[in-house]
Amino acid sequence: MSQTPSSTQDTLAFKEPEITPELVEQHGLTPDEFNMICDYLGRTPTYTELGVYSVMWSEHCSYKNSILEIKKLPRTGPQLLVGAGEENAGLVDIGDGLACAFKIESHNHPSAVEPYQGAATGVGGIHRDIFTMGARPVASLNSLRFGSPNNPRVKYLLDGVVRGIGDYGNSFGVPVMGGEVCFDPAYEGNPLVNAMSVGIVKVGETASAIAKGIGNPVIIVGSSTGRDGIHGATFASEEISEESEAKRPSVQVGDPFTEKLLLEASLEALQTGGVVGMQDMGAAGIACSTSEMSAKGLAGMKLDLDKVPAREDHMTAYELLLSESQERMLVVAEKGHEQEILDIYHKWDLNAVVIGEVVEGDRVQYMKDGVVKADIPADSLVLGGGAPQYVREAVRPAYLDALAAEKAPKLDTAEDLGATLCRLLGSPNIASKRWVFEQYDTMVRTNTVSGPGPSDAGVIRIKGTVKGLAAKTDCNGKYVYLNPRKGGQIAVAESARNVVCAGGQPLAVTNCLNFGNPYKPEVYWTFKEALGGMGDACRALNTPVTGGNVSFYNENPKGAIYPTPIIGMIGLVENVVAHATTIDFKALSEELFYVGAPRKGLDGSEYYMQVHGTRGKDAPEIDLDVEVRLQAAVLEMIRSGIVSAAHDLSDGGLAVALAEMALHSGIGAKIGEQELSDLAEAGSGSAQELLFSEAQSGVLFTLRGDSDVDARKKAEKICATHQIPLYYLGLTAGDFLEIEGMLAVSVSGLKTIYESYPFGK
Amino acid sequence: MPVPKVGILVFPGSNCDHDAYHAFKSVLGLDAKFIWHKETDLSGVDLVLVPGGFSYGDYLRSGAIARFSPVMQEVIKFAEKGGPVVGICNGFQILLEAGLLPGAMLHNQDLRFICKDVHIRLETTQTPFTSSLEKGAVFKIPISHGEGNYTIDPVGLQELKEHDQIVFRYCNAQGEITEETNVNGSVEAIAGICNRGRNVMAMMPHPERAAEEILGNADGKHILEAIAEQIG
Repeated sequence: MSQTPSSTQDTLAFKEPEITPELVEQHGLTPDEFNMICDYLGRTPTYTELGVYSVMWSEHCSYKNSILEIKKLPRTGPQLLVGAGEENAGLVDIGDGLACAFKIESHNHPSAVEPYQGAATGVGGIHRDIFTMGARPVASLNSLRFGSPNNPRVKYLLDGVVRGIGDYGNSFGVPVMGGEVCFDPAYEGNPLVNAMSVGIVKVGETASAIAKGIGNPVIIVGSSTGRDGIHGATFASEEISEESEAKRPSVQVGDPFTEKLLLEASLEALQTGGVVGMQDMGAAGIACSTSEMSAKGLAGMKLDLDKVPAREDHMTAYELLLSESQERMLVVAEKGHEQEILDIYHKWDLNAVVIGEVVEGDRVQYMKDGVVKADIPADSLVLGGGAPQYVREAVRPAYLDALAAEKAPKLDTAEDLGATLCRLLGSPNIASKRWVFEQYDTMVRTNTVSGPGPSDAGVIRIKGTVKGLAAKTDCNGKYVYLNPRKGGQIAVAESARNVVCAGGQPLAVTNCLNFGNPYKPEVYWTFKEALGGMGDACRALNTPVTGGNVSFYNENPKGAIYPTPIIGMIGLVENVVAHATTIDFKALSEELFYVGAPRKGLDGSEYYMQVHGTRGKDAPEIDLDVEVRLQAAVLEMIRSGIVSAAHDLSDGGLAVALAEMALHSGIGAKIGEQELSDLAEAGSGSAQELLFSEAQSGVLFTLRGDSDVDARKKAEKICATHQIPLYYLGLTAGDFLEIEGMLAVSVSGLKTIYESYPFGK
Repeated sequence: MPVPKVGILVFPGSNCDHDAYHAFKSVLGLDAKFIWHKETDLSGVDLVLVPGGFSYGDYLRSGAIARFSPVMQEVIKFAEKGGPVVGICNGFQILLEAGLLPGAMLHNQDLRFICKDVHIRLETTQTPFTSSLEKGAVFKIPISHGEGNYTIDPVGLQELKEHDQIVFRYCNAQGEITEETNVNGSVEAIAGICNRGRNVMAMMPHPERAAEEILGNADGKHILEAIAEQIG
């Protein structure tokens, strides 16, 4: 940083404001929290210290209102190589000496005010979490929620978010392997932008976010530090309001090129063996990375902020510590190896400067202009240490009672079911998102076996092995709104089912918990219930939660979003050539089956929403016991080599699933009345429920026509073993999707409707 | 006989360098090595491959900064001596900026990044990279770019045609060229060209991304094999 004498004087002239109750309140800290700070320090904090506590104890960094509930989720399993919350991301063993690091994170608040940069930096931040662990990011996913797609503001947000995700990820060179985009007025004003990164690392070569070894140098690497993003974490811990627009400067600006250099340099630095610990700088920048690394290593750290490469003159200690400038990391090197590390970063044209050292004790001490600006016990700042943890009041929301009293819409026995199917296929939540995903590089790194498109989950191969990884992000917020517990169960069950249908064994979960203001007892009740449901399903399916992110305060004066706990599910495809399975029909005259639970009930369905304008009064049915057996049966059938296509039933039910299998292949199907009658009888009998129910635990699949004659027998035996009902429906055939006595629509017509939603227009 | 060596340039921000390496080395069985952009030694290299990606973040303009990297001076000398040079995507943009190929790239017609499979038609076999292929052959190859809208002035275009320098055009599965198949708005649906000396060729589509059945498409392998043949 170049400093003229006058600028030095100006910096020195900056007098820290006096600590007043108003200032404390402006920092989002309660009087009780302020008293805790005074207790930890044994004195009143300085202005800089107040700033550091304010961000570190913000909801975003401290999880103070969520951690006690999160800890109730199942968080252990033999497949986990690090415990939940121990490192920057979850780490699961995938065999062959390899592990998969993965995590999902939200960037909702910044994206609400500045969609392009908000989404871009969300992608950058989550990839940094992965390569900080020494893993090379190999794929990403994203889950997006917006208001009505006809709303001009929503169009602006959608366009900006998609460009932001695309421009950052495309340049960084990691493919998007899957995701989802949903629209509902509940997200008007509060879009959700959740990004997930998946990385691969050799077991034993992972890096840890730890500072230890007295005298070891602390190095800041990457971009210079500017005034951008100061108090971003605090901003993310408030409701969106009229004033939010004024907080645009809290949104950081992304530079994927620098991040790409940071990735390559960091992986190279780790190979030297001279790195003790590494932590990325996301929320709360230097303050957070230094205190977390110190607390984890039970060591102190002394830092000279004058040495931090700064983008602007006159930056104060407060600003340097809280800046959320992107593409920066903190590295603790083995003493004596620092030059080697610095040289690698310099080779990649990046800043790399020693700014301090690991010291005895437990305090992080920050100097500026030769003066100690902050001196804080590291542990008092961090989650799991001294940061506050609250049990909030929870009250069952009254709207649930109102829902229970709602009458079911009357179904028309003369309904044109073909027309209804077309209407559903053309609706924004079901229609093709091609306009979105073709703006993302889905193929770079040449591992993508199934990207966005005709697969229930994304699948990538793992070079050097016969394996693959399947991944999916999923959550139907409407279900969670209608029944938080069932909705939480379904989010996990469906994402696991998606992974199974793509040929993978579900392994573990990362989650992004998007909710409203936790200080509202009704919001907190739905939060607890939804997590309870997730926990039920994770236990049933043996997919522990490895970590993730909580995003509260997703509300504005008009109300809160649907409670939306997005699940990121990772699965292992044992033999990617043999097992990776897509949804499209593969050939004519293949036998088509339905396996799973009865098609019963229309609550929560897209059918209700599109045709009757109601959500119904409950989430769709789910029985976790059935779900577990279904998934086991489907995976066993796929692994036995008899399945040519598989597709789970979700939005739009059986009819939409059939249509999707057809339109992605150009091959139709003919389903006889007689064949369908068993499945119809297992349900409640109405054609609409049979075709459009979103009852869970159902999968359609075809048997390979070219496999041995025993394929059907094999399928029957597997389903019988798992005690799961199997129904033969008919054959793939011709250019029409025909369900005798109900509907017959041309496949090309279905495709046209499916591909025609005018996103971006 | 030693296995031919493909030298793959690595600029800061290259991100298809590993893909090209994998395709030439693991799929085709050639020798391949990375060449850091600050290096100036191309000895032992039989073919220079300028890979895709976002060299220097594509800031300013795609390829505009990479052309000043030290290695590019050597690549120009290498090409002037008749050494074979192939560019893919960002590599095409860099070779244009370096003056090894004529024309320039604009943003895609609809101003959006596009990543998808498209079809391209081989327009000439009169290059060492395509001589083993069949003229008019259609390949399904993915594109992935924001600035692939090839443009050139009318005189330059005339010269390209006169000297049979248009190597690939965007088309449909049947090999027909229509307005719709011209995915990014390129002049005359141009997807790939060569220089007049015919030893420098570049294309926007990524054959290295479509060289294995497991990726759902192996059409690109034919193109890579044809390229490899010229140094084999």
